[in-house]
Amino acid sequence: MAFNFAAFSYIIALIGDAFLIFFSIFHVIAIDELKTDYKNPIDQCNSLNPLILPEYILHMFFNVLLALAGEWFTFFINLPLILYHINRYRTRPVMSTLGIYDPTSIMNADQLTLCQREGWIKLAFYLISFFYYLYGYVMALERSVE
Amino acid sequence: MAEPNGVTVPKGNLQYQFNGLTSNNSSRGGSPIPRLGPIPSSQLPPSRSIPQSQLPPSRATVAGLTQAVGNLTVSSQSTPNISPTKFSASTPNQVHHPSAVFSENSSPIVPNLMDNVPLKETTQSEVQTRNSEAQQSSNLNILSSSNTMQGPQQQASDYFSQSTPFEVVPSVGNVHQQPVQSNGPFNNRTQIQVQNMPHSRLLQNKQSSSLRNVNPAGSQTQNFPTKSDPSGQASNMQPQFSSAPLTSHVAQQKIAGIQSSALIQAPPQNKLTYSTSPHNFAQYPQTQTSKQSLPHINQKMYSQTLPSASIAAPNAGPNLNQGPPQFNTGLPSQVPPYSQSSTAQPTGPMPSQRFNPQINYNVGPPNLNGPPTSQTIKPPSLNTSRYPSMPASQQLKQQQLTSSQPNPYSQYPPQGGVVQTGFNRLWGAENIDLLQNPNVLPPHKLQPPLANLGQEQLNQVNCSPDVFRSTVTKIPESSSLLQKSRLPLGLLIHPFKDLNYLPVIHCNVIVRCRSCRTYINPFIYFVDSKRWKCNLCFRVNELPEEFQYDPLTKTYGDPSRRPEIKSSTIEYIAPSEYMLRPPQPAVYLFLLDVSRFAVESGYLNVFSSILLEQIRNLPGDARTQIGIIAYDSALHFFSLAEGLNQPHEMTVLDIEDIFLPTPDALLVNLKDRIDLIEDLLKLLPKRFCNTYDGNSALGAALQAAHKMMFSTGGRLTVFQVSLPNFGPGAVTAREDPNQRSTAETVLLNPTNDFYKKLALECSSQQIAVDLFILNSQYVDIATISGISRFSGGSIHHFPLFKLSRPLSVDAFQKCFNRYLTRKIGFEAVMRVRCTRGLTINNFHGNFFVRSTDLLSLPNINPDAAFGMQVAIEENLAENQTVCFQAALLYTSSKGERRIRVHTLCLPIANTLQDVIQSADQQCIIGLLGKMAVDRSMSASLSDAREAFINVAVDVLSAYKFSLNMGNPSSGILAPECLKLLPLYISAILKHPAFRMGTPTRLDDRLKAMMDMKTKPLYLLMQQIYPDLYPIHNLEFEEMVLNEDEEPVSIPPRLHLSSRCLENKGSFLMDCGDHMMIFVCPNVSKEFLTDTLGVSDYNNIGDDMIEIPKLDKTPNKRLHQFINYLNDEKPYNVTLQIVRDNSPNRSQFLEKLIEDRLENSLSYHEFLQHLKTQVK
Repeated sequence: MAFNFAAFSYIIALIGDAFLIFFSIFHVIAIDELKTDYKNPIDQCNSLNPLILPEYILHMFFNVLLALAGEWFTFFINLPLILYHINRYRTRPVMSTLGIYDPTSIMNADQLTLCQREGWIKLAFYLISFFYYLYGYVMALERSVE
Repeated sequence: MAEPNGVTVPKGNLQYQFNGLTSNNSSRGGSPIPRLGPIPSSQLPPSRSIPQSQLPPSRATVAGLTQAVGNLTVSSQSTPNISPTKFSASTPNQVHHPSAVFSENSSPIVPNLMDNVPLKETTQSEVQTRNSEAQQSSNLNILSSSNTMQGPQQQASDYFSQSTPFEVVPSVGNVHQQPVQSNGPFNNRTQIQVQNMPHSRLLQNKQSSSLRNVNPAGSQTQNFPTKSDPSGQASNMQPQFSSAPLTSHVAQQKIAGIQSSALIQAPPQNKLTYSTSPHNFAQYPQTQTSKQSLPHINQKMYSQTLPSASIAAPNAGPNLNQGPPQFNTGLPSQVPPYSQSSTAQPTGPMPSQRFNPQINYNVGPPNLNGPPTSQTIKPPSLNTSRYPSMPASQQLKQQQLTSSQPNPYSQYPPQGGVVQTGFNRLWGAENIDLLQNPNVLPPHKLQPPLANLGQEQLNQVNCSPDVFRSTVTKIPESSSLLQKSRLPLGLLIHPFKDLNYLPVIHCNVIVRCRSCRTYINPFIYFVDSKRWKCNLCFRVNELPEEFQYDPLTKTYGDPSRRPEIKSSTIEYIAPSEYMLRPPQPAVYLFLLDVSRFAVESGYLNVFSSILLEQIRNLPGDARTQIGIIAYDSALHFFSLAEGLNQPHEMTVLDIEDIFLPTPDALLVNLKDRIDLIEDLLKLLPKRFCNTYDGNSALGAALQAAHKMMFSTGGRLTVFQVSLPNFGPGAVTAREDPNQRSTAETVLLNPTNDFYKKLALECSSQQIAVDLFILNSQYVDIATISGISRFSGGSIHHFPLFKLSRPLSVDAFQKCFNRYLTRKIGFEAVMRVRCTRGLTINNFHGNFFVRSTDLLSLPNINPDAAFGMQVAIEENLAENQTVCFQAALLYTSSKGERRIRVHTLCLPIANTLQDVIQSADQQCIIGLLGKMAVDRSMSASLSDAREAFINVAVDVLSAYKFSLNMGNPSSGILAPECLKLLPLYISAILKHPAFRMGTPTRLDDRLKAMMDMKTKPLYLLMQQIYPDLYPIHNLEFEEMVLNEDEEPVSIPPRLHLSSRCLENKGSFLMDCGDHMMIFVCPNVSKEFLTDTLGVSDYNNIGDDMIEIPKLDKTPNKRLHQFINYLNDEKPYNVTLQIVRDNSPNRSQFLEKLIEDRLENSLSYHEFLQHLKTQVK
C-alpha cells in the first residue's frame, strides 16, 4: 500500500474541504445575523471580507493538486465553482480592501438572499464533496495497491 | 402643507406662526390651493363587486347617471378637506384642527412642553366652530341621516354638474370645481359650451348618448346649464349680492337653518361668503368680481359658505351607490333645473330641501341671470376672440378627433356594452384609449389618489400622500396577484417635510407595542379600554394608566380621544431612553475649494455674502459651532481662537497624513466668536484671489473635517469646483466628451471607494456631508457623490457656475439661502415597519442601511425623500388592511430629541381589477425612476431604459387582461388611474438621467440620477414632466385664492408639445428647480410692456432672470401666479425669460418632450410602439 500523489492530493483536499465547510457555515451564520438585525453591516463585512480570498485560494489550490494528480473527474466537478469564484471576484463592487462584500449594498434584500443562497449551496457542495474526497482517497489508495 | 390627517390646513395666517423661530423659508412648501380631495378611482365603495349580471338590463340608460353620482361619493370624501377649521366640531373625526394657537405650539422649534396642547387646541376650535356653525352642523347631521330621500333631483343635478369634464376625475375632487377648470372664462358663454364638448369627448358622449336614448329632450335641456355651470354658479351669487342689502342676508341666513324653503336657503349660503369676508370682495377690481365668485373662492371661505351645500352632496354619496333603482325613478322626474331652485318644496321633509340650494348652484339660475351679469360686469369680454385661441384650436382638433371617430365606444362588446361601460364608469373603472386621446393631461395638478379604508373616520386620519405614498392604494393580497398586475409595489416617503400642522406630544411613556415596538397609531384596535391590539404584529398590549387620561375632560377613560389616536403624523418629545448620548449641538463646518478654477468662478463672493446675511439665522441654540476650512493642494485652516483680533490662517502642506494645527480653535461657538467669523467671511473672497494652484485636495480636507467633528457630529458642507485630483481620494478625468450621448456603466460607478468608506466613518460619527458642486468641467460626481450618498447628505449641482452669469448665480444664491435656513435634524435614524407578511426589500435615497429596517441618517433635512420597495411574503387575505409606519428619531437644532411618526394604512385588494384601479401613476414613476437608477448602475443604461418600456407594456397588458374583453380592440386601453403612465414613461426616457442620443455631460447625468433617488415626488414629477402654462391671457383664467387670500389666475396646464405653443403666446414652464418663460415672437405689444416690462421683443435680454415689478395689473397677475407656483416649492426658484431667437431657446425646446427629438420617439410614436408590444 503505497502512498501516491493522488492519495496525497485527496488528503489535502479533505483537510482543505473541512476548512471550507467551516468557512461556509460561518458565512451562512453571518448573513443570517445580518438578516435578523443582530449585527452592523460594517462590522459584519469587515469580518467576512478577509475570509473570501483564503477560501477561494484554498479551493483552487487543492483542485490544482487534483488536476496534477490526474484526477480529472474530480477537477471537472469543481470547475464550475472555480469559475464562479473568479467571476464573483471580478465583478465585486469597487473597494480598496480585499473581499466582495460592500456594507452599503449588502443590506439590499436581493443581495442578502443571494449571499445566503450562495452560502447554503456551497455548504452543501462542500459537504458532499467531503465524502467524495474520502471515497476518492480510498480509491486512490486501492489503485496504488493494485 | 399640513395634512396630517388628510386635512389641508388653510395656509394664510397659519403659516407664519409656524415658522416661528426658524425662519421664513424653513417651513415652506405648503400648497395654498384649497386642496380638494382627489377622486381616486380606487376609492370605490365596498359594495363594488355587484355582478353586472344581477342588474336588470333596463339599467343601461341609467348607468351614466349612476356613474356621475358615484363620483359624487368621492367628492364627499374630499369635502371635509375643503373646510377643515370649521368642521372640526361637527365632524368628530377631525378634532385636531390647527387653530393659530395650536400651530404655534406645534412648531417643533418652539419648546413645547405640554402633552395636552393638542387638546387645548381642540377646545378652541370647537368653540369657534360652535359659534359660527351651530346651525349648519345641526342641519348637516340631519342631512346626512336622510339623504336617501332626495334621490331624484339632487342626483340629477349632480350628474349634470359633473357630466362635463368628467374624465378629469383624478385631478379634482370637487363637484363645483370641475366645470370651471375646463371652462376657463365664462365671459363668452357660447365658447364655453363649445369648449366643453371636446373635453368630455369620449366618455361624455357615451354617457349622454345613453341618456339621450331615453329622454332626449330632457337631457338636452339639462345639459345646457351644466356646461355653463361655473358661470351659473357665479352669476347666481352675483346678482344676489349686488341687489340685496347685507343685513337682510344675514337675517336670512339665520333663518336658513330652520326654514324649509329652498328659495330662502339658497341665497344665504352665497351671501354669507361676502358678508363674512367683505374685505375680499372689496379688494378686487370690478372686472374680477364675477371670477371671484368662482368655486375656489367659496372653498377658501368654506367654513361659512360651502359646508352646508357641499356637505350635503357628500352625504348623499354613499347612498347613491346603492342606487340604480332610485335613479330609475329619478330620471323621468327631472324637472327643468330652475323650477327646482326657484320653487320651494314645502311638502318635502326638511333635509331634502337643504339640497335644493345645491341644485341651485349647479344647475339653476345660469339661464336666468347668468349671462347678463357676467357680461355686464366684465369689460374684457370684448377680447373673447383673443382668449382661448389656443384652447380653441385644441378644441378644434379634438372635435375633429371626435368626429373622425363618431362611435368611440364601438370598442366595447356590442352586447350589453353600455351596461358594462356604465358600470365600469360607476366604479371609476372606465378605460381610455390612449391613441385616440392625445390630450390626457388634466388641466390642473394631478391629485394623488387616497386610500379608502371603508371608514370615513380612518380615511380622515390617514397619512397625507405628500408624506407617505404607496404605488397602489390597495395592497394586493398575495404576491401572485401583485405579479399579475405587473405593478411595482413600493412606498415613497418624505419624512421630514415642513408641515404646517403637527401635533407634538410630550409624555412620560410613549406607548409602543411590546414585541414589534410599533408606536400607537390611529389604526390599532382597542380590545377594551385597558388593552390595544397592534396593527403590525397583532399582539395585544396593555395601555398604560397615563394613556387613559383625557386631558380635555380631565377624566379617565376612552383612550381613543388621545392625539396619538387622532393623527397619523405625530411628533413625540423623546424621553432620555432614546438618547445614546446627550443631544448634540448644531455644528456646521464649511469646506471651500479655493483652487484656481474655484477662484475664477467667483463663487466665494456669493458664498460669503449669503453666509454673512444668514449667519444669525442658522438653526441652532447657544451651543452652535461653526468652522471653515479652505483647500487647494494644501489645507488652509482658520483659527478663531479667543482673544484674536482677526482670524489666523494656518496652512498645512502635508496632506497625506492629516493633523489639526490647533484642535480647539477651528470649530468655535458661533455666538461667542461671531465677529471673528464675520471678519473671516469678509476676508475670504479676497484672500485667495491671486491663487494659481490648480489642484484640489478634497479627500484630505474631508479627512481633516472628519477629525474636527469627530466628537460631536454635525453638518459638513463642501463646495467643490474642480476635479479633486490631489492627495487621498484623488480621481482622474475619465469622461470622454465624444461619448456623451450614452454612458458606460463603469462611468456611472465610482472609481474608488475612498469617499464611500469615509462616508461610512462619518455616518458612524453622525456627520453628514452635503455637496455643492459648482463645476465648469468634469468633477466625477459618480465618485465624490459617495461622500453624501452614504452619509445622509444632499447634493446640489450648479453646472457652469460663473459669477458673470446671473442665472447660475441666482440659482446658487436661492438654493444656498434655503439650505442655510431650512430645518435640520441631527443624529437621526429612521425605522420603517410594516404589517407582518410584508417586507421592505430595498431602500432608495441618501443614507446608510444599518439593519434591515433601520436607516442611519446623520442629518435629516426637509427636502430629503426616500423610496422603498416592498415585497409580499405571506398571504394577506385575512387582514383587512396593512399598515406602514415610519419613525424618524432626530435631535432638533435646539437640542431636543424628537420622534416623528407617520403611519399609512392601506386596504387589501383581492381582485386584479381592484389592484390596477388603485394604482398611483406618479408614485409608480417615482419608484421606477429609483429602481432604474440602480439598474443602470448595476447593469447598463439601455437595460434600465428597456425596463421602463417593459413596465409600460406589462402594466397595459395586465390591464387588458383584467378587462377580459371579448374582442381585442385596436387601441391602447388604459384605466383612468394609469392614463398618464405611458406619457410619464416616455418623458422619463428623455430625462437627463436616462436619455440616450442627446449629449449629456456625465456629471449632469449623475446628478439627475441622484435627484431621481432623493427628490420628493412633487419636485421630481416636475423635473420629469414639467408643467407648462400659457400666461399670455392670465386675466381670463380661473382664479383661486392664495395664502394671503389674494386671487391668483391659474391657467390650465398644457401638454409639453410644440402643438400647444402658439406664435402669439407666452408660456411658463415650471421644471421644479427652475422656471422658464418662453416668449414667442408675435406676442402682443401690450404683453411685452405691461407684463414683462420691456419695450420691444428684442429687448428681452438673454440674461433676463426676473420680471420687473410694474404698477400694472397684468404684471401683478403674473407675479402672483409665479409666487403661487413658488409657494409649493421649498424656496423661490430661478426664473429665466427666453426669447424665441435667443441662444437659450434650446433649453426650453428640449423640454417639449412629447415632440420628436433627435434619436428619441415622440409620445405618439412611443404609443405606437407600445401598441405593437401590448398583448
